[in-house]
Amino acid sequence: MEKKPPKKLQAKHKSPRSINFKVIKLCSNHSRNKLKPEALILAKSEEQLLSAYGKTNGCVLTRDAGLGIEYCDSLDQNLQMVEKGTSLLKKMEISVAEAEKRTGKNAVNMQETYTVYLIEMRPVDAASEGTNPVPDSLWRRYSEFELLRNYLLVTYPFLVVPPLPEKRAEFVWHKLSADNMDPDFVERRRVGLENFLLRVASHPDLSTDKIFYSFLTEENGWKETVFETGFQAKADSRLKALNATFRVKNPDKRFAEMKHYGDELQSVISQLLRVRARAADRLYGVYKVHGNYGRVFSEWSAIEKEMGDGLQSAGHHMDAYAASVDDILEEEEHYADQMKEYLFYADALRAVCRKHELTQYELEMAAQDLTSKKQQREELATGTIRTFSLKGVTSKLFGQETPEQREAKLKMLETQIEEGEELVKERNAECEEFVKSAWVDIERFKEQKDHDLREALISYAIMQISMCKKGIQVWNNAKECFSKM
Amino acid sequence: MMSGSVVDNTVSSGNSSAAIPTDISGQILDLDEDDDLEVFSKDTTLTDGSSFNASMQTSPASMINQYKFEEDADTKDIFVTVDNPESHVTAIETYITYRVMTKTTRSEFDSSEFEVRRRYQDFLWLKGRLEEAHPTLIAHPLPEKFVVKGMVERFNEDFIETRRRALHRFLNKIAEHPIFSSSEDFKIFLTAASGELTSHKKQGPGFLSRMGDTVKAVAAAVRGVRNRPQEFTEMQEYVEAFSQKISSLDKVTQRIVREQKEYLEELKECGPTYALWSQSEEELAEPLKNVAGCVDRCCKETEEQVKNLSDHLIPVLHEYVLCADTLKAVLRRRDNIQADFEAKTEALATKKADRDTMRNDLDKAEDRLEWANNALKSDWTRWQKVMRTDLRSAFVDTAERNVSYYEKCLAVWESFLHSQRTDAEGNGKVDFS
Repeated sequence: MEKKPPKKLQAKHKSPRSINFKVIKLCSNHSRNKLKPEALILAKSEEQLLSAYGKTNGCVLTRDAGLGIEYCDSLDQNLQMVEKGTSLLKKMEISVAEAEKRTGKNAVNMQETYTVYLIEMRPVDAASEGTNPVPDSLWRRYSEFELLRNYLLVTYPFLVVPPLPEKRAEFVWHKLSADNMDPDFVERRRVGLENFLLRVASHPDLSTDKIFYSFLTEENGWKETVFETGFQAKADSRLKALNATFRVKNPDKRFAEMKHYGDELQSVISQLLRVRARAADRLYGVYKVHGNYGRVFSEWSAIEKEMGDGLQSAGHHMDAYAASVDDILEEEEHYADQMKEYLFYADALRAVCRKHELTQYELEMAAQDLTSKKQQREELATGTIRTFSLKGVTSKLFGQETPEQREAKLKMLETQIEEGEELVKERNAECEEFVKSAWVDIERFKEQKDHDLREALISYAIMQISMCKKGIQVWNNAKECFSKM
Repeated sequence: MMSGSVVDNTVSSGNSSAAIPTDISGQILDLDEDDDLEVFSKDTTLTDGSSFNASMQTSPASMINQYKFEEDADTKDIFVTVDNPESHVTAIETYITYRVMTKTTRSEFDSSEFEVRRRYQDFLWLKGRLEEAHPTLIAHPLPEKFVVKGMVERFNEDFIETRRRALHRFLNKIAEHPIFSSSEDFKIFLTAASGELTSHKKQGPGFLSRMGDTVKAVAAAVRGVRNRPQEFTEMQEYVEAFSQKISSLDKVTQRIVREQKEYLEELKECGPTYALWSQSEEELAEPLKNVAGCVDRCCKETEEQVKNLSDHLIPVLHEYVLCADTLKAVLRRRDNIQADFEAKTEALATKKADRDTMRNDLDKAEDRLEWANNALKSDWTRWQKVMRTDLRSAFVDTAERNVSYYEKCLAVWESFLHSQRTDAEGNGKVDFS
């Protein structure tokens, strides 16, 4: 399977030495990628990177004068993530190296075909020493990734949990297949899964999770281990969460704003992806129609004497122009994938906000309950009935209760109030704790998002530039041929 | 009857006949005086300029053959422009007239500048006259009559502008044609006041005589030609193929324009989406707004590029589609002339009575045929050169415009990159060293 070649590395680091070090680590990450020699052009300031990269990989990187700079954002992000230096990533290199089709019997004993992905873990030190030991590896399918993520969501509700690549291809422009078995889709998903693992591995909290670690290391029995944690029981029901959202009285303003932001982000990125897909479709049409020029010029050149050669060669350039759109749009898909990640991140962000609403609501409920119980105690103690209660009504109807009964009730209330106060204290602490840790992660997320999306926009500009350069080249060539007509 | 001569396409010096247009004799004089045509100014031994009794070695046809086509602006002695469409309303109809301005140094024109107003019908008349006089010369096509296609109105601005440009090109092509440009009808078209033109129009061959010609043509067509020379058959094959190819190119180009327009429609929504997004963001607001601006600018460039294709390439391709039809008509007319000659030859062979008249007719028919063939052959060469020049420059022009389009878009995105780099460096976030 052809993998996307890593493209230009953006020079962000200070010392050349650390650049080389990081490059070496990541090189082996992508060592299976066949680099298309013509795919890279690097600025002069990165010559060092170029030679370091080339040496470790054993592949020859060459310059291509015409095509311009291409960016690899996953590589760049990977660099950034590695830079964060969680202890996990400091030790191990993680990658999703390959994808394979398998057939097997599913839960209802029916044949099904599915794809599995190879996860590889390679100790960092070994790679930097130049030795290349066989990595630990295991196969996982998408549903297992989903299980992992669900576990993380429930276990760390105060964290913005990185999203998985989409389950089904959406926002496709018509030439792109919406088929899950399509090799291009599988490839993009492979990249997305790797990205997910690296995001988790670079998160200060998530990277230390044991279930995550065993996901990476224990092929068999992992599922059972996950279920044994009983995380499913801890999951909040949708209904409960929805209820809280409607009824919460005093959510933290910042979280309310964040939720609103999450909504807007989701809406605008969806719109962007839709519009982009339609534009891509149309652009494809424009380029492909030029292929007809190629055909007609060629036919026409057959009947002309002096004009023949010029026409024929111009026709070839028109064919080249028509063909170039495939690469252009493939690159744009990569950009679309980056946008999609944040589309799904928006959802994760909103989930954290909803959880806050839930914890706040439960606190409010507990507090409200406590207040009402205290009130009841007061009423019982003073004998006044201020609030409506069934007790009040029945006692009016059937007569007051005996002092013993009242005593018993008071005692019960006292206990309940004690418990209630404990509960409120607990919930209050939970809430505060939640707000604190969630806000820290939200701030972390904001920084990450600003950085990543800005890089994405830059890479989009670079793609456009590359497309323009190709266009200039083709039409200059065509012009030369035409002038020989 | 055929005289041997140095030059291939000599026309026999038979009797001066009515079939041979008088323009040509006028032309001989012109060519004689023209410095450009050194080749035969030495050869010409014209004694009597008014009759067609030209010397053996020169003939209008040979002159056409040797006429230089790559004229510099220096040697161009007549400039015609068509502009300023205006609408005229009368009781019966509404129509558009165009201003036709001529600047010339030619001596046969009374003055050096003329300005007249002409309507489409006048152009049609001119073309008809030229074709009548020179049935086997290739005239540039006129824009089509108004056809009810889609929602285009006759008085729609775009339609009028497209037509005006085509009429301009038509007159210029006529002016550049060695034979057509010295036509008396052409001169009158360029110079006569409207009333004069109307009366001149009425002077042409009468309705009956034109009917007679048409009948003859139809009869000839029905008879069909028997021994068409190989070169004309080849010409026909070429024209068939050319017609197909140029029509295809026309269609392909129109399709490209359509696709570009649809692409533009979608692209127009991208910029505003980025702008909308920027409103929710803080740090990202600036780059997002920037990208929105870039996308919008690219939209403008794309719009211009589409317009260029429509304004420059499509009209030229379309005209050559019409040219192909003209060529077919020319070849048909030549065939008819040959068919007529063949019929007369047959008649002479079979009939016994009226031999003298028939012989006379036959001679005329033969002359006409030879004239027609030579004229066509020369003009064919000329036409091919012109076609090549026109299409080459149209495609080169298109390629240049495309390059320019991409260069502009490139600059737009590079300025975005630049702004992001200076931004980042300014904030001390990124070290690009």
